[in-house]
Amino acid sequence: MAKIIVVTSGKGGVGKTTSSAAIGTGLALKGHKTVIVDFDIGLRNLDLIMGCERRVVYDFVNVINGEANLKQALIKDKRLDNLFILPASQTRDKDALTKEGVDKVLQDLAKDFEFIICDSPAGIEAGAMMALYFADEAVVVTNPEVSSVRDSDRILGMLSSKSRRAENSEESIKEHLLLTRYNPERVAKGEMLSVEDVQDILAIPLLGVIPESQAVLNASNSGQPVTLDQESDAGQAYLDTVSRLLGENVDFRFLSVEKKGLLKRIFGG
Amino acid sequence: MSEPFFELKGSLFPLSVIHSTDLSEAAIRAALEQKLSQAPAFFHQAAMVIQLTPEHDAIDFIALKHLFQELKLVLVGVSGASPEQKALAQQAGLASLRLGQNSKPSPSQPQTTESTSSSEVRVEEVPMQTKLVEQNIRSGQQIYAKGADLIICGAVGAGAEVIADGNIHIYGSLRGKAIAGAAGDSSKRIYCQNLQAELVSIAGHYWLSESLQGDYWTKQCCIQMQGDSIAIRDL
Repeated sequence: MAKIIVVTSGKGGVGKTTSSAAIGTGLALKGHKTVIVDFDIGLRNLDLIMGCERRVVYDFVNVINGEANLKQALIKDKRLDNLFILPASQTRDKDALTKEGVDKVLQDLAKDFEFIICDSPAGIEAGAMMALYFADEAVVVTNPEVSSVRDSDRILGMLSSKSRRAENSEESIKEHLLLTRYNPERVAKGEMLSVEDVQDILAIPLLGVIPESQAVLNASNSGQPVTLDQESDAGQAYLDTVSRLLGENVDFRFLSVEKKGLLKRIFGG
Repeated sequence: MSEPFFELKGSLFPLSVIHSTDLSEAAIRAALEQKLSQAPAFFHQAAMVIQLTPEHDAIDFIALKHLFQELKLVLVGVSGASPEQKALAQQAGLASLRLGQNSKPSPSQPQTTESTSSSEVRVEEVPMQTKLVEQNIRSGQQIYAKGADLIICGAVGAGAEVIADGNIHIYGSLRGKAIAGAAGDSSKRIYCQNLQAELVSIAGHYWLSESLQGDYWTKQCCIQMQGDSIAIRDL
């Protein structure tokens, strides 16, 4: 049975698409057949982050409208055999998604894939609701600052009331907190909320903490999911996150200020 | 699946219960008329029950029933009746009710009646219901306990609202708004484990976060009315 995981946040620009790409890639790296679905109709970005923007022919909306079949729209990743992307339409808007249509596409994907990652658009309107409606689990991406935390709280409320599981009174969606852009130095100076602060407010289990890193920006610009950059702290943190998502027990890293050695201080680093 | 056309289900309703040592028609008429003059709309066609004790004898239930009709009230039954009283009440077409275990007035309970009525007549409201919520209340969510107390086993997030006509108990942090006594009862209170509220209100009086930043901020406390203003105290 395929697991549908929505990556959501409420607030924009916190790293949903980056995290969707990184988690999807991480799952594929660990041998699980995974598809990442871009729900951000009209603001298509996932293809850029995944580096497949030139290969988009048909999209999600085409499939829903019956203008193409799933096979035609799915883009196979060039680096990993068991990773696929279902791109969003750039020319349509979010009303192009219907509940019945999305349900049908997800059911068809579930026959083939182990994990379906739904990259949600920002906001709490129809598009975001559609992305979370069918989810089994949710990764709530949050930056350590108050507005992002409040928006995440709002989305958590939606997850527990507006999803299919909530409407059918089934077991509720499993919620995970993913803290991104975490900067231990700024936390130490009191300029940023700490992991404990955010957890205290949101009160859901912590799935991962991704340090603020130049590697993330580089990865996005070059269309390489950051998980593939296993030298980088962010890449390692995302791999840890994926392990935890698979139920492994992994210690948290990159939470405290790194002490710089003498040489590093002299030569910079 | 078709709906069954007939079902019997047990339900609880608030009923006003009359306690009086003198159940003669004249005494009850005087006491009820005075009550009604204070709040005519509130008691319009209200369902009422008479509490009996063994001391009451030879009550004319039929006359009382007519009296209630005349005053636009509905006498539905009696409570605590002896077998003889029960028979009399049945003749008048009244139900004989039994109090639930929890609603027996305890002897130590202070009397809430105003000392306005001449005799010992008092109208007692049956205890409020309770609404229990066992999850965190997230930003943007609103919970209203109509005619009931509200118990939240979880936190109330910033931007969330919890409202009750009765008291509010929050076994978690209160970061949003809490409004108790929403129907205007200023004896209602708010209890919370960690006060970081945006707003607390009791019966229309309210304090914003600014006024709450005192000794009790981030502490457990009880918020209640003291005279005409809100006061906070230790639990």
